[in-house]
Amino acid sequence: MNSHVFTFAGATLNALGSGALWWPEESLLCVSDLHLCKSERVARRSGQSLPPYETRDTLNRLTSDVAHTKPKVVVCLGDSFDDLTAAAALSEAERLWITRLQAGRRWIWIEGNHDPGPIAFGGDHLREAKFGRLIFRHIAQPDAMAEISGHYHPKAHVQARGRRISRPAFLYDTERLILPAYGTYTGGLRSNSTVLESLMDPKALAILTGPVPTCVPMPR
Amino acid sequence: MQQLPAIFEDWFHARGWSIHPHQQQMLARANDPALLLIAPTGGGKTLAGFLPTLVDLAQEPRAGLHTLYISPLKALAADIRRNLTTPVTEMGLPIRIEDRTGDTPASRKKRQRADPPHILLTTPESLALLTSYEDAPRMFDGLKRVVVDEIHALANSKRGDQLMLALGRLQRLCPDLRRVGLSATVEDPQAIAHLLARHPDPCEILFADPGPAPDISMLTTKEAPPWAGGNAAYAIPAVLEQLRQHKTTLIFHNTRAQAEIFFHNLWLANDDGLPIGIHHGSLDREQRARVEAAMVRGDLRAIVCTGSLDLGIDWGDVDLVIQIGAPKNVKRLVQRIGRANHRYNAPSKALLVPANRFEVVECVAALEAAKEGELDGDPRGEGPRDVLCQHILIVAAAGPFDADELYDEVTTVGAYAHLSRAAFDACLEFCATGGYALRAYDQWQRLQRRADGKWQLRDPRAAQKIRMNIGTIQDTDTLKVRLRRNRGGKPLGEIEEGFAASLTPGDTFLIGGQIVRYEGLREMTVEVSRNAAKKPKVATFAGTKFATSTQLSARVVEMFQQETWPDLPRHTADWLKLQRDVSKLPEPGRLLVESFAHDGREQTAVYGFAGRNGQQTLGLLLTKRMEDLGLNPMGFVATDYATLIWGLNRVEDPAPLFDIDVLQEGLETWLAGNAVMKRTFRASATIAGLIQRNTPSARKSGRQATFSSDILYDTLQKYDPEHLLLKITREEALRGLVDFGRIEEMAARIKGRIDHVTLSRVSPLAAPMLLEMGRVPVKGAAEEKLLADEAARLMESAGISGIAPPPSS
Repeated sequence: MNSHVFTFAGATLNALGSGALWWPEESLLCVSDLHLCKSERVARRSGQSLPPYETRDTLNRLTSDVAHTKPKVVVCLGDSFDDLTAAAALSEAERLWITRLQAGRRWIWIEGNHDPGPIAFGGDHLREAKFGRLIFRHIAQPDAMAEISGHYHPKAHVQARGRRISRPAFLYDTERLILPAYGTYTGGLRSNSTVLESLMDPKALAILTGPVPTCVPMPR
Repeated sequence: MQQLPAIFEDWFHARGWSIHPHQQQMLARANDPALLLIAPTGGGKTLAGFLPTLVDLAQEPRAGLHTLYISPLKALAADIRRNLTTPVTEMGLPIRIEDRTGDTPASRKKRQRADPPHILLTTPESLALLTSYEDAPRMFDGLKRVVVDEIHALANSKRGDQLMLALGRLQRLCPDLRRVGLSATVEDPQAIAHLLARHPDPCEILFADPGPAPDISMLTTKEAPPWAGGNAAYAIPAVLEQLRQHKTTLIFHNTRAQAEIFFHNLWLANDDGLPIGIHHGSLDREQRARVEAAMVRGDLRAIVCTGSLDLGIDWGDVDLVIQIGAPKNVKRLVQRIGRANHRYNAPSKALLVPANRFEVVECVAALEAAKEGELDGDPRGEGPRDVLCQHILIVAAAGPFDADELYDEVTTVGAYAHLSRAAFDACLEFCATGGYALRAYDQWQRLQRRADGKWQLRDPRAAQKIRMNIGTIQDTDTLKVRLRRNRGGKPLGEIEEGFAASLTPGDTFLIGGQIVRYEGLREMTVEVSRNAAKKPKVATFAGTKFATSTQLSARVVEMFQQETWPDLPRHTADWLKLQRDVSKLPEPGRLLVESFAHDGREQTAVYGFAGRNGQQTLGLLLTKRMEDLGLNPMGFVATDYATLIWGLNRVEDPAPLFDIDVLQEGLETWLAGNAVMKRTFRASATIAGLIQRNTPSARKSGRQATFSSDILYDTLQKYDPEHLLLKITREEALRGLVDFGRIEEMAARIKGRIDHVTLSRVSPLAAPMLLEMGRVPVKGAAEEKLLADEAARLMESAGISGIAPPPSS
């Protein structure tokens, strides 16, 4: 499996091409912003009927990452469901699918702004979680240290011989790592947006997802 | 009402006019259910269309909407209002005329719905919007006539399909509605009549006297046109000389970018300070209005313009039309020339200015065709179903509807006359539930069936969203351009978002004829300052790009076969000879392929003469084959004659690329994954209402508000490949961008006879293609390679000062 290995706050981490983070030492797989059932929420709120397959697609990709890494712990870094009503609308098959994925491992749901409060799935429901020095939470906090978060759906672009290549990306500096959104129907926020520029250190790096995860200085 | 009333006779008489025979005929046939008039510009066409209305209202004054006039251009609606007001005022007729377009103030629009004028002038989009209101039956009550102006410009587009669906709707509300179409000269009037009339009503076609044959020639210059390029700068002195000799000149360009460059160059050389203006669709509305007003006052000696001035707007005394760049299509050439000289019986005068040497050949071929009266054009297929989906939603916005009735109504529209009930039901199902194989959204479906069997919006508030998405014109995302420190000031115009993204502060570019310096982006507005740089970049605009008709292409390839070219200017004949000497000229029955390096990439030019769409498809198929063969193609561009492919590796032997069976085998699977299909999907999904148009406010608010339509496309391909929208995308692609039939025809024609020429540099014939717009990227292995190289370079130049990344695994 293609991955980019890097060191963050003393831990050796793998940025997977899918947008998941793999930490072999703790046998921990982390994914952020799954936004399951997004199409259901869009239909409910706007009447637009998007192809209702994104939950299936997201779970397919997660299943594949789990099969490859066989983690002891899975951390879903918040906004796992597009909202709590959407979580309730999950089909029986998809519900069982998640249960199968959870079997035999610890599963942590970090709460996000889209899905606060307890949700009706097995696993731990936490505001934040700590493994070693690393702290996992949904939204980056000012002045945090060794923090892994999601929320912003970062993407980064590279201008390569006249072609602009833009992809979801991991952003990291010495104290902060922001994961790209893992869900199928998730847009992205450019790394050169004001909020990401001010969050990240001037020397921050970006790892573009894709067939071969690629590390570049974070585009500003 | 066959006889012209005395008041009209007197009015004609006072002006020293007499009624044209075709105007008389229109009056005589005022009660025909549908009537198509083919007349040259300046033939009193508009008056012919309105005469029955004016006469009827003069004889029997009454309140309420009487006649609806539809034009493809907002500017045309405003212009017609001016022109029509003159006779109405002079004869003192009790007739109120108003226009209604996207530019009409909201207060007046509201009033128009409550108290409609006698004659309402509008556009297809504004009409569709009007029919979406619940009070449409009241507003259109008593409507007698509808006049569709410049119907030839709508006939081949989704705008026309939408219009005809809306007319079908109106016809139900007003069963006695009479339809009139006004058209310029076209190759197949019968086809337009079929679109216009309520199916299966008959539609008589009237032909006005076409007037004397136009006086068209190619501009001769001392200097030769360049080998490549589209800006015709070489012809500036000769063009200026023509402007001095004529009263008012229209200078047509095929693209907005070319118009900008030409205008810029014209002013640099305009030592006499002749008043010259520019007009195209990306300029701000106020700027355009200023130019139009100056033109009407007769203050301008020339206007540099694009298709935005293509239609029958009466700008006064135009005595010369100059066409810069090859006309691409003989029919359009003839129609543009009709813009000159609105006096009915004087010949129109026009000059063709080829922008480069290839276009010289094309211009000469077009002149021959025009002289022989050979108009070109391809028949259009069935009405597109994405437009039908939008129509169903518009109908739903107006109120509950019965599916059977709507189906009957839709099949009275010519383009949809053969629509099967199953195909209609699929569209209805799509509008209601999304039409997915996986049953979803039962609770949230957009349309619901009531107990009485009628369909209605589940949430009435959705009507607003539907109205906001009305229209079939695909705008690329554009940003407004404004002078910095002038935030209350007028915007200069718009540029494509992609172009804006390529700018860094300090870059200069051309817009509205001025050079400006990019300062920065502020709340989705591009801020610029004035700058006098000599070499600006050129903003890219999405303006229509025309395809050379296949008939014209065939004439060109024939011309190549001549031993010598006495009809061509010396420089062009020399250029063709040079191509013959250093490489080869394309021959019928053979395929010329050239390979050379340029711009750090390996280039392959394939002269298939399969028409733009065919060459485009060939580009897609060939790059797929090259990807399979490890040649790392990066992209291609197609013209009407050839496809130019570039990539990292050189093509040593083209023969394996052209195995038609392999190409065909790959067609279906390949169709699924390529950029053209995604582009087509995006257009159709937007029209059909699956994705919302990107409104400026939505983009402003947007963190992850929008995700790309590409993701939807990929998801549908993967999980629901038989979905209606994918079917529509395939239909649209096959009718538009994919023309595999012509590739098969080409393969049969060449039967493997390939002439492969390897050159050390760009060939004379290939050079123009390097400047073609509309390049299609290929996202394959080459992209990963580029990314890796660039990343390595960036990391190195950034130093390893910050965080030391250990080597990737």
